[in-house]
Amino acid sequence: MLGKTPLKFFLFVAILCVLGLEVFPRLARTQNATTAPKVDYQKDIQPILEQNCYSCHGAAAQMSGLRLDSRQAFLAGGALGKIVMPGKAADSTLYKRVAGIGDLARMPFGGQPLPPAQIELIRAWIDQGAEIPESAATYAAPAAAKTHWGFIAPVRPAAPQVSHKAWVRNPIDSFILARLEKEGLSPSPPADRVTLLRRLSLDLIGLPPTAAEVDAFLADKSPSAYEKQVDRLLNSPHYGERWGRIWLDAARYADSNGYEKDQPRRVWFYRDWVINALNRDLPYNQFIIDQIAGDLLPHATQDQIVATGFLRNSMINEEGGIDPEQFRMEAMFDRMDAIGKGMLGITIQCAQCHNHKFDPLKQEEYYRMFAFINSANDSNIPVYTPPEQIKREEIFRKTREMEALLQHQHPTWQADMAKWEEQVKQGQPEWTVIRPVVDDMSTGGQKYLPQQDGSFLCQGYAPPQSHVKMSVKTDLANITAIRLELLTDQRLPLGGPGRSLRGTAALTEFKAEAAPADAPTKVTELKFAKATTDFEQPEMPIDPIFDDQSGKKRVTGPVEFAIDGKEETAWGIDAGPGLRNQPRKAVFTLAEPISFPLGTILTISLAQDHGGGEESDNFGRFRLSITNSPGATADPLPKEVRDILAIPAAERTPLQVQTVFGYWRTTVPPWKTENNQIAEIWRGYPEGSAQLVLATRDMPRETHILTRGDFLKPTKRVEPGVPAFLHPLPQDDSWKDGQPTRLTFARWLAARDSPTTSRSIVNRVWQAYFGIGIVATSENFGTQCEPPSHPELLDWLAVQFMDQGWSLKKLHRLIVTSATYRQSSKVTPDLLEKDPYNRLLARGPRFRVDAEIVRDIALSAGGLLNPAVGGPSVFPPAPGFLFLPPVSYTAKPWHESTGDEVYRRGLYTFRYRSVPYPVLETFDAPNGDMSCVRRARSNSPLQALTTLNEPVFVEAARALAAHTLADGGRTDDQRLVYAFRRCVAREPNPAEKVELLGFLQKATRRYGNGELNPWDLLGGNAALAPLLPKHVTPAQVAGWTAVSRVLLNLDETITKE
Amino acid sequence: MSCSDHLYRNLSPKEVSRRWFLRQCSVGLGSIAFAQLLTERGYADTTRPDPLAPKQPPFAPKAKRIIFLFMAGAPSHLELYDYKPQLAKFDGTLPPPDLLRGYRAAFINPNSKLMGPKFKFAKYGKSGIELSELLPHLSKVVDDITVVKSMVTDAFNHAPGQLLMNTGTMQFGRPSMGAWALYGLGSEAKDLPAFVVFSSGKKGPSGGNSCWGSGFLPTVYQGVEFRSSGDPVLYLSNPQGVDAAEQRETTETINKLNKMREDITGDPEIATRINSFEMAFRMQSSAPELMDLSKESKETLDLYGAVPGKPSFANNCLLARRLVERGVRFVQLYHEAWDQHDHLVEDISENCRDTDQACAGLIQDLKQRGMLDDTLVIWGGEFGRTPMVQAATGGVANGRDHHPNAFTMWLAGGGVQRGVSIGESDDLGFNVTQDQVHVHDLHATILKLLGFDHTKLTFKFQGRNFRLTDVHGNVVEKMLA
Repeated sequence: MLGKTPLKFFLFVAILCVLGLEVFPRLARTQNATTAPKVDYQKDIQPILEQNCYSCHGAAAQMSGLRLDSRQAFLAGGALGKIVMPGKAADSTLYKRVAGIGDLARMPFGGQPLPPAQIELIRAWIDQGAEIPESAATYAAPAAAKTHWGFIAPVRPAAPQVSHKAWVRNPIDSFILARLEKEGLSPSPPADRVTLLRRLSLDLIGLPPTAAEVDAFLADKSPSAYEKQVDRLLNSPHYGERWGRIWLDAARYADSNGYEKDQPRRVWFYRDWVINALNRDLPYNQFIIDQIAGDLLPHATQDQIVATGFLRNSMINEEGGIDPEQFRMEAMFDRMDAIGKGMLGITIQCAQCHNHKFDPLKQEEYYRMFAFINSANDSNIPVYTPPEQIKREEIFRKTREMEALLQHQHPTWQADMAKWEEQVKQGQPEWTVIRPVVDDMSTGGQKYLPQQDGSFLCQGYAPPQSHVKMSVKTDLANITAIRLELLTDQRLPLGGPGRSLRGTAALTEFKAEAAPADAPTKVTELKFAKATTDFEQPEMPIDPIFDDQSGKKRVTGPVEFAIDGKEETAWGIDAGPGLRNQPRKAVFTLAEPISFPLGTILTISLAQDHGGGEESDNFGRFRLSITNSPGATADPLPKEVRDILAIPAAERTPLQVQTVFGYWRTTVPPWKTENNQIAEIWRGYPEGSAQLVLATRDMPRETHILTRGDFLKPTKRVEPGVPAFLHPLPQDDSWKDGQPTRLTFARWLAARDSPTTSRSIVNRVWQAYFGIGIVATSENFGTQCEPPSHPELLDWLAVQFMDQGWSLKKLHRLIVTSATYRQSSKVTPDLLEKDPYNRLLARGPRFRVDAEIVRDIALSAGGLLNPAVGGPSVFPPAPGFLFLPPVSYTAKPWHESTGDEVYRRGLYTFRYRSVPYPVLETFDAPNGDMSCVRRARSNSPLQALTTLNEPVFVEAARALAAHTLADGGRTDDQRLVYAFRRCVAREPNPAEKVELLGFLQKATRRYGNGELNPWDLLGGNAALAPLLPKHVTPAQVAGWTAVSRVLLNLDETITKE
Repeated sequence: MSCSDHLYRNLSPKEVSRRWFLRQCSVGLGSIAFAQLLTERGYADTTRPDPLAPKQPPFAPKAKRIIFLFMAGAPSHLELYDYKPQLAKFDGTLPPPDLLRGYRAAFINPNSKLMGPKFKFAKYGKSGIELSELLPHLSKVVDDITVVKSMVTDAFNHAPGQLLMNTGTMQFGRPSMGAWALYGLGSEAKDLPAFVVFSSGKKGPSGGNSCWGSGFLPTVYQGVEFRSSGDPVLYLSNPQGVDAAEQRETTETINKLNKMREDITGDPEIATRINSFEMAFRMQSSAPELMDLSKESKETLDLYGAVPGKPSFANNCLLARRLVERGVRFVQLYHEAWDQHDHLVEDISENCRDTDQACAGLIQDLKQRGMLDDTLVIWGGEFGRTPMVQAATGGVANGRDHHPNAFTMWLAGGGVQRGVSIGESDDLGFNVTQDQVHVHDLHATILKLLGFDHTKLTFKFQGRNFRLTDVHGNVVEKMLA
């Protein structure tokens, strides 16, 4: 028989595993503790059964009639009778069979025996009464999970009574203290004011306080001094950066597409939306609704549409030869996972393949939720900063004013326009849309997806250069011309019609050949008499982004370039900002009509060679038609205008009339001056940026249950809905035609009666302050979650948060003003033994700050930090080889930022998913592959190498030395205090001073006596020596730089105490 | 900056010097010098529980360390290991329609003509294992390897395929095989990372650094990328103007101050930080020493075809041996060059010239040092190539598309059979006909060699026990010695 020590040890290891193996060495002492812990069925026993027994005694199979994954069936036993005798392990079949006692075969049958510690656990559990809580969820009894606390909406509990009332500052403290008193522990004394301000500042804005801020706080003797600091920090624009970064982890934000090519993407508007939303304290429920369905809100603003970037942060595979639908599905699963972990607080991804094993989530229910987000298009829209928005408004207004003036000055304009309309409706050739078959060998890995209107949508990999070939048999006699229409589509960059970064495209060469249907090998190449288009682009050199390293002088320009036989020239459709994302067309008129008596096989090839590098300039959506009308040319009218003309004049909206006028006026010769003026105004149109968002589809997309999550194995079709064990969908105006919409789903996620939404976010906020959430498994509040350390406090906070209008700032204020938060983080060996992870909070939190803040602290100590908020991501110095083959799959642009941009906060660093910025990666920043609501916190030698040697950290040390010598006082003693405070806010104690001043002397001596060259460390040129202030020597600067390196590398510097 | 600088022309010299002092002293990234460190110092070895502490696996391990030669891009089994005379016979004809039912290809229309093998094959060694003429060096050690001609995978795109081969799933975010090995076994390398990754060839792996990520395991288990020239590890060299003695002094002072803080705060995490700085300092001398191939004998260099100072796959193979000698648990060499959609004959010949000698040299070298017995060497890519042609350039029949249904890998040492060929594919090399080995089975077998039951090496995450083989995998007994 095994003694108690191994059992305890097993529990210890189990706890370590659960907590992600953060090993606290002194925990080992708990081995000596004496009381036998209560074995918990769900925590201790169920995992053993799950791993070893369920495959034969579970849902799939019930060997010997025994089923262990359902409480009822477990208690009923199997063919051989009951398997547990509560209180009597020695008589219980379960124990005997796994322990190998008796004649019957040892279980697990045919497998390795269970480890002794697990057998011992089973024994202890039976001896303790073999309790299986009702809440132990199973397939068989999902109703039982209804009683799981996490699935019942929180109700505000009363704050408990405590003895030491004076300590309580707000209800949080009552809950914490009540538990401490129960455990016979007392809270720690308050942290000293300097430590407290640094903690508060790191927590609320992610930056340490300046010495001046510390001094001001120390000098403020008013009773509300601390609260004033709380308000100051909550109102800082850096608050949104600090807490935004935490949300961005959950939103798996990154600046690239992932997978092998991992191309850059433009999504920083979403990042800034998060920062701004938090800064203006957008209520959390609205924060969620905007991100799931902002585009569906009435009169959605650009901001609300940008918010749906949350869903679009999924990766995009641009590998050649992929099936785009497969990776669209992967992205959908990823979105579900992010919603589950980030918003619902329930891990739902298991149900992708099968019913959830422990939670009462059925696979069908998973796909019903999936249906809400599945029926949308992945879109990419132009977005504009506020100044750009103003500029656009001005352009629109001026255009409207000038057009109104024209109309005013020409009262007969309506009649004139009608006359013009009659004219342009005449003599239109009749076009027959052809639906050719694409030659698979010619696609270069791009997928040509046939659309209902006869067009192709190009998806998947976009080869920079391609020669696609397609054929069709037609019976049309005397074909005179071929029309190529370029169409816009939500799914293309900025709406297309091309696939380049700007939605443009270029056609290097258009070729066609014909063969008789009865003799397909008798091919004739067709000659063109001319090419016409509705948009003539002037000749211009290609943009450097399309550089193909060929050195050829490649240009785009008029449509004739597509039939001139030259590979350097191409038809271009770039009409400039604000005008380029329009449908276009070209018509290629044959020199001679062609057809064969038994039908014609027409083969068309499109050469698109004007991309380069990894940037394609391909068509995104196009359609081909043919005609036998003689003399057919391209309709000069834009597609939009032509479409309006098909509507009877009386039925047109004022906007449609205005659109027609907007085109017609350009055809009226006397208005040349005005037309030129308007064109000139439009040249000021801002370039804007882009943002990946969600858009509603015209045709809803069906959702099916997928067998084992395989997109090729759809089964039953499902309608949008939510799991039965959670709250019902809200009945409101978001329903359409009796069906709930994505907006309904968004409101459901953010509903007050959701059992998990509010708990999940208050728990994550708590986790950010104290290192571990009240529920340690912050991604999962389901039946497999860790039991909360303070269940009533969690519910109280969740309800309080909702009652205070879902205000995160109010939640922060509540937490940071509690006595719990303000405690000193010092820990005694006794306390460390009793509560190693500080779950009970008899002390304040102490742990290393997040990756981005490690860097921010060094920059701010050195006075280098650039506090600018928002904007495109930046490229601080990084080893260039990381972004080049053979380390990176492709050469990734890393145009090192210059000037102050180098010193932007860590969260603005450009994030390539496949090549994360090494400084951040080393300190455990997630790379955005999947939603992360709980960062790992490692402590590794690579971190030490980074803070010791990475160039920006060394630069921060130099800058700190320079500031110290310039402003730190006259004596080394004063200077040391100055530099020390810039790193850790407090003053050094005498022992620290002795150590550091000794180090300073030695270093200064070595840099002074020629052993080491101070200018090497200063990164400068010895000739600059005369520029040093009079009283300062190069050796001194180097010596202080050495001291600064020590200070920036202290554990305390990168730790919140 | 100087007073004549136009930006400062109107300022007093005093102000200029102050500005220079504040700015220039802080700006300018001193170029990283390659500093040879002095001997390592005898830091007290604290005995703290450490997630990387060496651990005994549940069963006696056959392999204590692994070198995985990852041939990214997916080499053609039909040109290297799996000789198909019938395919030559049917060259230029269409494959049987039955074969293609439900088959999806990445680029080609599956109904494309068959293309015969492009190289000659012969039998080698006592085992008589058949190899292509492209592998003259491997043919000399063929009796030391197990060839598996019956590999199958689920993925036919590179990134998902590489992730599956490395992490057991096509999705991102799961721990790699090396991370699992470290989680189970810890590290025996005192001064080096326990899981080291090199990359050579034309480009990096498609799966990016998720191929060696730690997923939901603690981040200390993730692979560390080494570079075969310059600083092997990022930020390994001291800043300019800091010599080894100064760095030692700095590290010692940091640690003394950290110790003082530990005494005040009582936080044991500070002791871990102190250890980290000690190991970082030791790594600053051990890593450059490791990378210095100039001390290797000419015979050894020639065995691999390695040239000191000239980064290559051969150098990486030699470095891999040096790493495992120093207790490194898992070394992975990526060589991305095998994606021959076209120019198959030219490119695969070049790849073999770049890798064949070094692979064989590694086996011989490990063997002569007595390390092959407990070092497992694995060679292979993420999938195979189609027997059907992909004529990508100018219509010339000289390429093959991605193919998941059958491909070849080989293993050597560390408890696997020697001179054995396992599994067969059909006459076209299209489907496996005998002894199918799925990637999950390979993983189960590798874990077995390391001393684990693959179903028991688990980590609880999101309420569920995860393992490298997910819910799959059977140990391939035929592979075991």
